[in-house]
This record gives sequence, structure tokens and C-alpha cells, in this order.
Amino acid sequence: MTLYFTKEHEWLRVDGDVAVVGITKHAAEELGEIVFFELNTSASEVKAGDSIAVVESVKAASDVYAPVDGVVTEGNPNLAGNPELISNDPEGEGWMLKLKLTNTAQLSDLMDDAAYHALIS
Amino acid sequence: MSDDLLHTPLFSLHEELGARIVPFAGYAMPLQYPAGIMAEHLHTREHAGLFDVSHMGQVRVRSVDGDMHRAALALERLVPVDVAGLKPGRQRYAFFTNDRGGILDDLMIANMGDWFLVVVNAACKAQDIALMEAGLQPDCIVEPLTNRALLALQGPEAETVLARFMPDVASMKFMDARQGTFDGVPVFVSRSGYTGEDGFEISIPSAEAERVARALVDQPEVMPVGLGARDSLRLEGGMCLYGSDLDDTTTPVEGALEWAVQKARRKGGAREGGFPGSAVVLAQFENGASRRRVGLLPEGRAPVRHGAPLFAQAEGGAQIGVVTSGAFGPQAKAPVAMGYVETAYAPEGTKIFAELRGKRVPVTVAAMPFVPARFKR
Repeated sequence: MTLYFTKEHEWLRVDGDVAVVGITKHAAEELGEIVFFELNTSASEVKAGDSIAVVESVKAASDVYAPVDGVVTEGNPNLAGNPELISNDPEGEGWMLKLKLTNTAQLSDLMDDAAYHALIS
Repeated sequence: MSDDLLHTPLFSLHEELGARIVPFAGYAMPLQYPAGIMAEHLHTREHAGLFDVSHMGQVRVRSVDGDMHRAALALERLVPVDVAGLKPGRQRYAFFTNDRGGILDDLMIANMGDWFLVVVNAACKAQDIALMEAGLQPDCIVEPLTNRALLALQGPEAETVLARFMPDVASMKFMDARQGTFDGVPVFVSRSGYTGEDGFEISIPSAEAERVARALVDQPEVMPVGLGARDSLRLEGGMCLYGSDLDDTTTPVEGALEWAVQKARRKGGAREGGFPGSAVVLAQFENGASRRRVGLLPEGRAPVRHGAPLFAQAEGGAQIGVVTSGAFGPQAKAPVAMGYVETAYAPEGTKIFAELRGKRVPVTVAAMPFVPARFKR
């Protein structure tokens, strides 16, 4: 299991060809309290950069982008009723969706923990 | 942060309190403090919040000869409200109109005894001062009070807090305005605000503003509150944000602000009309307008925001309105919004639809405020 980060402040926990995706603690702090989360259901097969979900804070709506190519297989079922999980535990209980990777080579373009934390510091 | 932004007298206090600073109407203002918008909003509804609104324009309007009635009648040339009937020590909501009846800005007018205190929006203050300087000639002296800060202390515990420093504020009622002293500092206080809660607005000489703000924010009931929660509080309170919910194309009748135009200025009143656009506005009082500002309660949890188009049907059909303000209401625990609809869709309970990311979300036209107002009448 390997943890990757994107410059759009998402994390991916990759096990084989399945990635669990969420937003980073830094992103959650920047957004403010999350009040709504919804998968973009029109796109199950996605390319890197496609909007795959929307997250709304008290301030504004933000898109969540596919970090790599894949197929969205599952959304976190707990977020519809408790979107604040994203604020409270963004890198744990607040995970957003699972992505079956279709181009694992793209993972090499992402950052590891040290590179991401260097980016935000 | 760009250096050409103006600072209020409380800028260094905001930084010390850990505010996230954003540009707003030319000023560097606190969007939120470390507690966050949600906590600041709920704390204001439950206890008391302190807001820096020093970016707003404060203007002293005096009669050239000391005759308040003369100054009041001059102000009535610019606003459709009853200024001549505004008693000393009282404040009233008003708006400047243009010759089409559109609203140029909304404002507060307080009768301070021998002068009027006019408080206008930050983004409009240069325009408003020019408008008054031209429109109140030759009857008034218009003096922008550029050397004063403005604080708002809002919430059910605001009276308890302020009365520790100014005991006599406890006797004030909603929309009373008076002069007083706060720990030796001469201030103007009104019992008013922009949250739907009881509270006060306090005008302070700039040099003393930080001392007064520190004294208030040090009280155990008080949390500093930024512009983020100021917006969500006023929206839950059903209050208009100028530039979003009102602009120079919306009239008082379209804006559902008939309550702010007193009988004296309406058809058959003692001083009927006589303000810019009065023919248009008074005709709308008689015949209605083609659109109206309404409250909107979206179904589900998705906030419906400014600019979302409104439709009568779940699919197809022409657009019948637009959302002008929308957010998640922390106290309402649901999305809340306001917008303009064709008058046929304005009755409370009407079911319409807002388009959100290509989907139509059911929305019900609803009474405002979205949370009960708690003014001290």
C-alpha cells in the first residue's frame, strides 16, 4: 500500500490497482467546514483532470479532480449524511471515493509524502 | 496581500487574532478567525460576536442653519423613507434610488438630535458621498467621518457584555441610537445590526478603536467574527446584501422592501413621492412589479448559490428567476437562499427548481428570516 499526493491537494492510498481518494488535511483546512459532498455520477470512467466530485464548504463549491485515469467504483456512503467527516478526518473517515486505476504508470507523476509536505510548507 | 488595500484601525488586531485576511471593497478584511465560519456563526447566535465593519462609510449630515427639519426634507429628496418623522434617538433603514427607481445603495439613517448619522456600504461610499454632496445642496453640510471605526457586537449576550462598559445601553430598544462613552471614549451606539440577532453597532474614534475592540473581545462571551459568518448570518436573517440581492436595476417593490417606505412617502401620504424614480416606485406600489425577491429553501443538502437560474419545471421551460444569495445555513442546518422570481411564482410554498451543475434541484419559496429574528423591540 503506497500513499501518493497531488498538487491539487488530494491523496491516493493505492493497493494493487485500486486507489482510495480524498483531500488532504491542508486542503480541508483551506476550504473550511464541509457541508456537502456529491460524486459526479455522470462520469464513472474518468481521465486525469476530470471533475469526479463536488465538495462544498460554508464558503464555496470546489471540484475534486481525478488524479489519474480510472473507473469510479464506489463513493464513501457516509458522506451524504455526514459531510463534516471530510473536515474532521480528511485523510481517514472522510475518504471520498475508490478508483480502479487504468493507467498505473501515471502514479509516477504524483508526489510522495515528503514532496507534498515540502510543497505546502 | 496587495499593498494598495486599505486597512481599518483594527487591522493589526485581526492579524494578532489569527484572521485570514481577504480583499473586500478595497480593504484588507478578516474573512474568518481560527475558530472558522461555522463556529463564529453559531457562537454569534448563542452568545456574542464582534465584527469590524469600519470599512463602511459613516457620514454626518447637518442642516446649514441648524434646522433638523430642513435637513430631513433634504434627505427625503434622495430616499423614499420618512426622515422628517424620524424622532431624535431613532434610526431607520433606507436606500438611495435612481430615476428609474433602482436602488443605488442601502443605508441607515440615525437622528442624533442635531445631526443625522448616515451609514453606507463600503463599496458605494464614494458614490454615496458625492450623491449627498450634490443632492443635499444648499440645505446641508455633508461631512464624511473618515476618522472613525465601526464595530458590531451581535448576539443574545451582546447587551450583557456592552452594559459592563455602558450600563445605560440596557434601556435601548431596537433601532435606538445615541451618543455615550465607553471607558471614557465618546462613541455613537445604535441597537441594530446585520445578523437577525439583538445587538449594537458602535462608532468609535479611530485612535481609540483598538482599545475598545480589545476590551470587548476579551469578554468571555465574545468571539471575533469575520466577513464569512457575517454573510451567512445576514442571509439566515433574510437581509439583503447590496450588489447581490439589490442593485441599481431592482426597485424597493421588486426587492420586497415595501415595509421600509412609510405611509408619508406613499401615494396619498403627507409627503408623497419626491424622491428619484418616485413615479416608477409608487406605480409599482399600486400595480405590483413583474418580479419579486423571495426566500428559497432548496431540498436536500446542496447549497444553491448566487447566479443559479430558477425554473418552474423539473425539465425544460423558460427561466423564471435567479438566485442572488445562497449558502448552507449553519443554524438552519440546511441550505438557504434568496433570489428573484416572476411574481406569479412569489407566493410562499410555491415549488420551483434551481439549476445546479446541470441538474434541477427542487426549491420551495419560503418566508424570511430563515431563523427567528430576536430583536429587542
